Formats: sequence, C-alpha cells, structure tokens
Amino acid sequence: MPPGRPGRAAYPVVSEVGHRLARVYEGVVQDLIDELGRLPNVGPKSAQRIAFHILQADPADVTRLAEVLLEVKDKARFCDRCGNVSQDSLCRICADPRRDQTSICVVEEAKDVVAVERTREFRGLYHVLGGAISPMDGVGPEDLRIAELMSRLSDGTVTEIIIATDPNIQGEATATYLSRFLKHMGIVITRPASGLPVGGDLEYADEVTLGRAFEGRRAVND
Amino acid sequence: MHVRHLSVVDFRSYPTAELALGPGVTTLVGLNGQGKTNLVEAIGYLATLSSHRVASDQPLVRFGTSSAVIRGTIDRAGREVLVELELNPGRANRAKVNRSSVSRPRDVLGSLRTVLFAPEDLSLVKGEPAGRRAFLDDLLVQRQPRWAGVRSDYDKILKQRNALLKSAAPVLRKGSRRPRSLAPGEAPDEAKASALQTLGVWDSHISEVGSQLLYARLRLLRDLRPHLTASYDAVSASVSGATAHYRASLAEAPTARIAAGDVPEQAELRELLLAAFAEVRDQEIERGVSLVGPHRDDVVLTLGELPAKGYASHGESWSFALGLKLAAYQLLRNDLGEDPVLILDDVFAELDSGRRERLAELVADCEQVLITAAVGADVPEALRTTGRTYAVSLGEVRDVA
Ligand SMILES: Nc1ncnc2c1ncn2[C@@H]1O[C@H](COP(=O)(O)OP(=O)(O)OP(=O)(O)O)[C@@H](O)[C@H]1O
Ligand SMILES: [Mg+2]
Ligand SMILES: [Zn+2]
Repeated sequence: MPPGRPGRAAYPVVSEVGHRLARVYEGVVQDLIDELGRLPNVGPKSAQRIAFHILQADPADVTRLAEVLLEVKDKARFCDRCGNVSQDSLCRICADPRRDQTSICVVEEAKDVVAVERTREFRGLYHVLGGAISPMDGVGPEDLRIAELMSRLSDGTVTEIIIATDPNIQGEATATYLSRFLKHMGIVITRPASGLPVGGDLEYADEVTLGRAFEGRRAVND
Repeated sequence: MHVRHLSVVDFRSYPTAELALGPGVTTLVGLNGQGKTNLVEAIGYLATLSSHRVASDQPLVRFGTSSAVIRGTIDRAGREVLVELELNPGRANRAKVNRSSVSRPRDVLGSLRTVLFAPEDLSLVKGEPAGRRAFLDDLLVQRQPRWAGVRSDYDKILKQRNALLKSAAPVLRKGSRRPRSLAPGEAPDEAKASALQTLGVWDSHISEVGSQLLYARLRLLRDLRPHLTASYDAVSASVSGATAHYRASLAEAPTARIAAGDVPEQAELRELLLAAFAEVRDQEIERGVSLVGPHRDDVVLTLGELPAKGYASHGESWSFALGLKLAAYQLLRNDLGEDPVLILDDVFAELDSGRRERLAELVADCEQVLITAAVGADVPEALRTTGRTYAVSLGEVRDVA
C-alpha cells in the first residue's frame, strides 16, 4: 500500500509480522485495540477483531455500549457487607430478610454467587473473598476479605459457614486456612461434598452437580 | 494388547507415515538417523503422553510446522480403540478416543500401555534421582491413570509452597528487622504469625498429597522388587541379587524402616512427613525451598552388596536398566491381565551374545514387541525370522519381510 494515502488511517501502516501485533494502526483505532487488549481473555487478535467490529457497527449500538459501560461504573458497586456486585450499598441477597441469616456461603468471586444461586439449594447469605490463597500469584490471606468475614461473625447470629471455594489447589488451601481460622468460634464449618470436578472452577460446575454437592456438604475437621 | 496401525502427521522427521503392525515381533531396521526411534517414540507417546527422549513437545513437531498428529489403532482382546492426539506446542494438546473428543488429553491414559526400553534408560542406573522417581511415577500412572492427577496436584502444591517460602522469607526469618509489606497497623510479629499459619496450611496439604504419592510408590516398589531380581538374573544368567530400596527424606528411623522394605500406612506417612517438615523448617526458610517430601526421594539400586551407581560395569548397568523395564512389563501384565506393548529401542547392539539370546527368549511370548536396530544382524535370528521387518530410510518405511 502506498504510504500516506489520505483517508486510510485505519488500515495497517506497518504490515503484520507473524503473530506479533505491534502498534500498527494510527491514533484512536490503536488506542481502542490497546484498551480492549487489556480485558481478560482478549488477546491482540481478538482485540483487533472487536475494534473493527465496533468501527463498522451502527452508531446507535456503539452509543448504547458506551452508555452501559459508563452506567455500570456509575451505578454498580460491591455490596458493603458480602462483596457481591450490587446496585446499592447492600446487594439484593443481603437486603432480603427472607434469606437465612444464620448461614454464610463463602466463595472466591462474585460470579460464584451466581453459580450457587442457580442451584436453588442454598437460602442463606454469601461472602465473597475476592480470590484464593496463591503464593505464586502473590495472593496471601491478608489480600482476601477475611477480616470483613470475621466482623460479620462477631454478633453470634451466624451458626454455619459453608466454604465453597473452587475445588482446586488454591481453593482447597483457602478452605483449610479459613476452617483453621474459624474453628474456635463454635460455628459449624462445612465444605460442599466432593463430586465437583477436581482441579476445576466452581463457575463451570453444572447446576445438578453443584446442587448435589451442596446437599451433601460435609463438616471440615482439619 | 497390540497396536494394529500407527499413522503420524508432521511428527519428528515424518510429514506423514503409515505403519501396519500386528501381534508378535516387528523389527525396524535402518541406518542411524533414518527415523526408527521416531516411530516407536510416537507409540510411547500415545500411551504416556510424553516422550522418552525430550521433556517438551516442541521437538516432536516436524521442524517448520506448528502441530503434529499421532493416531493409533489399538487391539485389546479383539476390541478396537482408536486414539488420536494433536500436539500443539505452546497451546493445549487435543485428544480423541474413538473419534470423540475427550475433555483433557489425560483421559486417554490407559487406552494403550507400553513399556519402552531405550538407550536413555541407562540414566536410570547412572543418572540423577529425578529419573528414578519419574520411572516409579510413570509406572504408577500406567498401572492406574488416576495417579496422574495426584502427581500433578503434588507438583502444583510444591510450587505454591516454594513460592511462599521464597516470598515470606523476609518475614519468617528470625531476627529480621525489616519485614516486607506490613498491613497498616500490623505489627511485625503478627505478620510472622500469619505467614507461619499460611505455611502450616501448605504443610498439611503437601503432607496429605505427598503421603498418597509416597504410599503408592512404596507399594509399587514392593510389588516390583521380585520381578526386578528375576528379570536381571534371567537376562544375565546369574544369581546377582539385583534389588531396589526406597530412600525417603523423612526422619532417620522411619527412613531406615522404609529402606528395609516396610510400607507404613498412608496416615502414618502423612504424620511422618509433617514431622519432617517441622524438623527442617528453619533451613527451608533460610533457603526458600521445600527440603523434604517425595520430590527429594530416591531409589537406591544395588547389585549384591554394592550400589549399582558408581560400581556396576557398563554391561551390568545396561542389564540393570533393562531389568527394571522388564520388571515393569511383568507387573503390568500381572495387574492388567493383558500384555502391554514392549518396545526395545536399540537394545541388542549393547548386549553380549548370551544376553541377546536370553532376552530374545524372554520376549518371545509377549503379545507385541517392537524392536529397532541399526544393524539387523544384532537382533537374534529367532526374533527376525518369526516376525515382520521394516526397512526405514530417510523417513520412508518399507515392508521387507
Ligand atoms: N522435529 C523434527 N523435525 C524434523 N526432523 C527431525 C525432528 N526431530 C528429529 N528429526 C530428525 O529425525 C532423525 C532422527 O530420527 P531417529 O531418532 O528416529 O533416528 P534412528 O533411525 O532411530 O537413528 P539411530 O539408529 O541413530 O538411533 C534425525 O535425522 C533428526 O534430524
Ligand atoms: Mg534410534
Ligand atoms: Zn451482599
């Protein structure tokens, strides 16, 4: 392509070499690709594909997308109590008086709340830790919302904790840490029964399996 | 069981290759570097998902291409299983059994079982402990594929624990005046207590999974030992007392008990491991790595009174390595009630004539034996005349008999 042709700024200025996509587009298009590329699971190729999709999309659709993005940052937040995503200072679950106030299910991420809710096996409250212990990723117990959990337990209302961290190495370590931490508090600590795919991710367990795991939860005696 | 058909695409030196196989002895003959080992390596990979020559998949993919395919049709007492593997270095490998995808390549383990003996196996006798541990662990997985999960869990826990030892060292080290990254309002003592508590969690997990692995290895070695002595003697026509002892990294007394052949229960091993970790705590914190556990253990091979490593002659070392593999073959055969596929890569050239003939007799009744040799005459007459011979030259496989 002859260089410097007007009106063609969106096309490659430098051709693509192998799989490496350096900053090959000009100005705002490249900015968009860079921003998209910072999203989880979006590699340089996908970022480029999404960017071109947006370039060619109906302006109304793009406006809508931009509005929702701003709105979600403006309105959505994390629940002050459990750490789940929420529209208000308390999420819908924490604000619902019909939920069993004596039981808390501890999960790694907000998306795990959705997974457990889908099973309809659990009627209590949640606590989102914000991750799992993983020294390789520099995540220790002090990086998780454990202090917040402790303060929720201080008034004695809660009598059961279900530790539903992922059934993988990091999730198991987190469960052991928590159960050791909590065991002197006179609270029943359980873990969803095995049957969950080991080495897996709670989010991807199907409803039936996860539901059954909740029914058959067992006491943690470590 | 036996492999009925092998086909590869972009594997090692082969753009494509098709190889019809059958029960009995098949010999691949050809000059050095023509692609004989490449073919048996592909069969070994189908069974174990790893190569006996290299640790990564990259060298297995034909130079200049990005993925390789290995396809094997396996006959198990008349039932056919088609296993297909796609090797994608740098990305996830993919696998199919009977044309349907499996969720993890690991799920194909067990469809084919092989025992492969190659020149590299000399390092079982002469080399580092890691090779001997891998021999036991690979055999565990061949016996019961679920051990692949335990083994990989152990590796992951070990990595996490080592990462913790390294990162928390400044906090954990006694007398350190400037602990790293204190939370606001947190006193150094609390940081240390918290790090110790986290370490305690990993201690209990590594001891749990480590004791499962250790228990499995000890039972395996107990079952393997008589076959080892018998195989070595059968090949070398001697009464040599070739045997193997497990060297654990526990406290002195239990380590000695285990070396003498005792197999404690898993629960006891877990406690022994926990105690061993407690014992070396300060050193671990000092050095930032896990100093005890199955990843530090060894198998000591002895020939009569003497350790094989450092004492055995070249031929004796060779026979010892062969003895280990033949023992593995016997064990799998007894366990499974069917024969694994025996692969002998370049074995005969290294043996004296008596050992060649005796090995030929030993393998004569195996369901399937695949042999490679640069010089056909090195393979005993009896094996060559009963079976099929392929000539391999420059990546071309020709049926010659
Ligand atoms: N990834 C690869 N791409 C292309 N060629 C390869 C690749 N890996 C190995 N080769 C070639 O394959 C050949 C080796 O084949 P192989 O090891 O099967 O030889 P062999 O017939 O067993 O020889 P020997 O008798 O020496 O053991 C070498 O020439 C090597 O260059
Ligand atoms: Mg070879
Ligand atoms: Zn909430």
